[in-house]
Amino acid sequence: MRRRKPSENEKTQSSNSKPDEEDDKNKKVTTKKTKDKDKSNKWSCVDSCCWFVGCICTVWWILLFLYNAMPASFPQYVTEAITGPLPDPPGVKLQKEGLRAKHPVVFVPGIVTAGLELWEGHQCAEGLFRKRLWGGTFGEVYKRPLCWVEHMSLDNETGMDPAGIRVRPVTGLVAADYFAPGYFVWAVLIANLARIGYEEKTMYMASYDWRLSFQNTEVRDQTLSRIKSNIELMVATNGGKRAVIIPHSMGVLYFLHFMKWVEAPAPMGGGGGSDWCAKHIKAVMNIGGPFLGVPKAVSGLFSAEARDIAVVRAIAPGVLDNDLFHLQTLQYGMKMTRTWDSTMSMIPKGGDTIWGGLDWSPEEGHVPSKKKQRNNDTQILGQNETGSLVSQAKGVNYGRIISFGKDVAEAPSSEIERTDFRGAVKGNNVANSTCRDVWTEYHDMGFGGIQAVAEYKVYTAGEILDLLEFVAPKMMARGSAHFSYGIAENLDDPEYKHYKYWSNPLETKLPDAPDMEIYSMYGVGIPTERAYVYRLTPAAECYIPFQIDTSADAEDENSCLKDGVLTVDGDETVPILSAGFMCAKGWRGKTRFNPSGIQTHIREYDHAPPANFLEGRGTQSGAHVDIMGNFALIEDIIRVAAGATGEDLGGDQVYSDIFKWSEKINLAL
Amino acid sequence: LFRKRLWGGSFTEIFKRFGWPLCWLEHLSLHNETGLDPPGIRVRAVSGLVAADYFAPGYFVWAVLIQNLARIGYEGKNMYMAAYDWRLSFQNTEIRDQALSRLKSKIELMYVTNGSKKVVVVPHSMGVIYFLHFLKWVESPPPMGGGGGPGWCAKHIKAIMNIGPAFLGVPKAVSGMLSAEARDIAVIRAVAPGFLDSKFLRLQTLEHVMRVSRTWDSIVSLMPKGGETIWGNLDWSPEEEHDCDSAKKRYLQCSLSEKNTNHSNEKRGFQAKERMKYGRIISFGKAASELPSSQLPTLGSKELLRTSTSSNSDASCGEVWTEYDEMSRESIQKVAENKAYTARTLIDLLRFVAPKMMQRAEAHFSHGIAENLDDPKYAHYKYWSNPLETKLPEAPDMEIYCLYGVGIPTERSYVYKLSPSDRCNSIPFQIDTSADGSDGGGCLKGGVYFVDGDESVPVLSAGFMCAKGWRGRTRFNPSGIATYIREYQHKPPASLLEGRGVESGAHVDIMGNVALIEDVLRVAAGATGAELGGDRIYSDIIKMSERINIRL
Repeated sequence: MRRRKPSENEKTQSSNSKPDEEDDKNKKVTTKKTKDKDKSNKWSCVDSCCWFVGCICTVWWILLFLYNAMPASFPQYVTEAITGPLPDPPGVKLQKEGLRAKHPVVFVPGIVTAGLELWEGHQCAEGLFRKRLWGGTFGEVYKRPLCWVEHMSLDNETGMDPAGIRVRPVTGLVAADYFAPGYFVWAVLIANLARIGYEEKTMYMASYDWRLSFQNTEVRDQTLSRIKSNIELMVATNGGKRAVIIPHSMGVLYFLHFMKWVEAPAPMGGGGGSDWCAKHIKAVMNIGGPFLGVPKAVSGLFSAEARDIAVVRAIAPGVLDNDLFHLQTLQYGMKMTRTWDSTMSMIPKGGDTIWGGLDWSPEEGHVPSKKKQRNNDTQILGQNETGSLVSQAKGVNYGRIISFGKDVAEAPSSEIERTDFRGAVKGNNVANSTCRDVWTEYHDMGFGGIQAVAEYKVYTAGEILDLLEFVAPKMMARGSAHFSYGIAENLDDPEYKHYKYWSNPLETKLPDAPDMEIYSMYGVGIPTERAYVYRLTPAAECYIPFQIDTSADAEDENSCLKDGVLTVDGDETVPILSAGFMCAKGWRGKTRFNPSGIQTHIREYDHAPPANFLEGRGTQSGAHVDIMGNFALIEDIIRVAAGATGEDLGGDQVYSDIFKWSEKINLAL
Repeated sequence: LFRKRLWGGSFTEIFKRFGWPLCWLEHLSLHNETGLDPPGIRVRAVSGLVAADYFAPGYFVWAVLIQNLARIGYEGKNMYMAAYDWRLSFQNTEIRDQALSRLKSKIELMYVTNGSKKVVVVPHSMGVIYFLHFLKWVESPPPMGGGGGPGWCAKHIKAIMNIGPAFLGVPKAVSGMLSAEARDIAVIRAVAPGFLDSKFLRLQTLEHVMRVSRTWDSIVSLMPKGGETIWGNLDWSPEEEHDCDSAKKRYLQCSLSEKNTNHSNEKRGFQAKERMKYGRIISFGKAASELPSSQLPTLGSKELLRTSTSSNSDASCGEVWTEYDEMSRESIQKVAENKAYTARTLIDLLRFVAPKMMQRAEAHFSHGIAENLDDPKYAHYKYWSNPLETKLPEAPDMEIYCLYGVGIPTERSYVYKLSPSDRCNSIPFQIDTSADGSDGGGCLKGGVYFVDGDESVPVLSAGFMCAKGWRGRTRFNPSGIATYIREYQHKPPASLLEGRGVESGAHVDIMGNVALIEDVLRVAAGATGAELGGDRIYSDIIKMSERINIRL
């Protein structure tokens, strides 16, 4: 603002002086009486230009002043005038009902949404001490992108800090209340909890460095010990009332890991004893939890793209791929994200048993467009059902998480010719010197390896692991030391005491805490990525050799295949299967994964987009992050925090076919 | 404004959203009788390192220290900002927010996760007293204490590095409570008389400030402690030989030429004759501050009884309620007739003018000197924050540092006058800014007597405990914890570009003093006090302490 001021003064000065000059000119011109029209026209043009700039500046100042003087309730008043009175926020409503803060609350943020700040950096990061590198305005990304990438990356071999760089999680509630200015994550929930009497002493944000593998957060930062100590403190200072834990997204897996860690004996575990969870935890309310992983993680690791990037490529081909800016954005992104161990915690777990094989998948028969049609009008419903029959007959093979070419994605399995890639020779390093600074492991693969990968045609959830091991051996070597993706045969096998199994719900038992409750809360009604159609990138050595084939669209509009991505129902990031299966079947009742019979509840929230743009991100959203502002979800959480049980909420609330799909999964319980 | 800073930050809220500073003040006040939250308002301490790294944008408090610690490898997991609500009395922070339990748990956690290395505690200003309270609290049995057992401090704490400690209180707190003014405000009044008193803006700023700050119990913890034994009586004070002129010369960085030395020597002779009577913390009229005690009319504090409680305030003053409105004109006169107050009678004075505040405060703080420390009454928490009424914990390996700036004139006692009679002007006393030292120099300036200190805390308060009270094995320090005094001579920043200076000794700016930071870093990295070089003294603290006659 300050800088603008002198410039504005200049402008006004110059615009003041201009008329004088003009007068002088005019006098001269009248004496000459030649070409006077041209001259005065020319001068009045410059003149009005200056006036224009002056006006803009003045208006800007006035608007700024008005904005600052505006009472805080003004936007709300306008919204109410247009849309009618808003419903009370759940906090206010429940406060009127007489609910009060009872159980302490712990938030566990997910991947990406929590802030990271710099504690020690290289020369290029001068002056950024304790400034946010991740979260906030991301100003540094634009100012010094390479430096930023360097500081956000971890060491490629150890998965810990590179030498001379320390980036640490932000602590306190500010860590993840807003991701960027105006983009809330936990803020709405925190504000509503505060209405019924929560404050800093009864709320705790368990922020952790989400780039590290879960056990490494303990090794490097003692984050797990910190969480344990904080929960113990809050339970002790609140008169022994057990805590309600609210993990979101990857935080769900992190907290699964924590529950095993805290009861495991030291030094690998926290040494809390086998009844720690029973004593300290009342309920775990998982929001949008990718219990069994997300297919998005695969495409992210495989080619650093998700649907959003694939869409950009479809709309403006060449923008991302060209070398014009010498930025090679995707390659840098890939290089960075591949050093983050935590992304590997979200690779689909449970293999073909859960995610489906070449010919079947639990979701088959899913009609993606049904929801859309229902929203628009119900008259076409009959017509629609025939359409769905068609697509069912065609067979959408969700089990094939990656297929090369659209025809392969749709062909019956008997017709696909597959060549095993596992033994393929990787060939020489073909990377030429110009590419060297953008190192990704693909350069080690050589052309032969890439061809072999494409020859195999189709990959199911189980084979994805082999694929990733083939294309990114170093990353997977780190990953497999910290995570496991299988299904346990015998849970009492001593090998399952190792921490790498702790975040996989299919390879651990829940703690012995019969009074605890587990909730699975997630949005439904948004198409969610489930499987991909890939193609080879037109040969150019510097690039990632695979990309999503955005030309692969289904012929009829009702199909799930769009821009090379097969979608199912979900919350935009996590498919229902991953979010709901454990609570719907895996842990329901007394199973081998849940020996003490912890109660599970499924709460689904049907997505409804905001009615108008004034509502912002909506109060009924079901999207992965926006659901944190969903009033129904917030109300459920507040009720539980104030002492309600799952039955008091009304048990399960299900809109999707999760129970039908779970039936189809053949898993020993 | 949910979870926005009401205190600290840019303070823009005072002007902007509230639109009306009264609303802001209302939210910052506490309940006048309980000293806890007023109904419907919850203001809580900001937590984390951001709580106090910068007070306002660009005005660092802890930030420089944090940054330097980070250079040698410190980070979020081994630094902890023990933020507490500084408006509450210390025990109430535990009752309302469990702040003490939280601090205990954090220290224990850091101790465990860092391989059982003891922590270094760095309290600043009032935090010093707060931590003193914590030391006693943590070893006391529950429910009043933290139940850590008698070995807790010995096990968990390596050193306490008190920065600018206000162990024995500050005289500033007295003037703040009596008339809501400090030197800064008195100076404004001297420069532009009538400005603050005029009701032109109809804001009655001082009255509002007074009403709010009087609800803050914690201010009472900063009242001078130890009574006349420490702070001096009508005729005597430990600093009486303090030479203001030479101190001032040093402050102004004037090289002492020969002429100057002679000059100040003359002064010293003059002052030896007529010593400054710092013991009279408040005197009414300049004359009263200089007279020998025999000529002073002394009314016993008993006589300071409320003669009539009929409210004199008329309706228009009603909204700016301070306790002064309940005092009649006669009793105000009576207060002024008593002429001079020492640290002991001062408490009586405050009890008289602000009975409700003192009633609350005396349940939480005590300002005396213990006769017998083993008396079971000293187990009560109100004595915990007074170093003269508690024993240090049993921790012979612990070290206590007193780090403070010297070389800046610091308020020590005041000359007051009655406000011009105006009914609505509800603060009846104000500092007599016309009272200046007779000879241009001298310690009296603008109605305030100065001594050496760090601008807020006089050397006496900051250094006495480390210099004498706890030195060696005394009754206040039964296990003989080693104490060290580290003084930092104030040097104003050489140029504008240096900002607040790297060699400053001022109360807050000292947190950016490179010598102090170096000391803190060395201790944090494992050095002991002896390795730092032991005491480092510029002031007369040892001499002053010797003059104080206290049984050890």
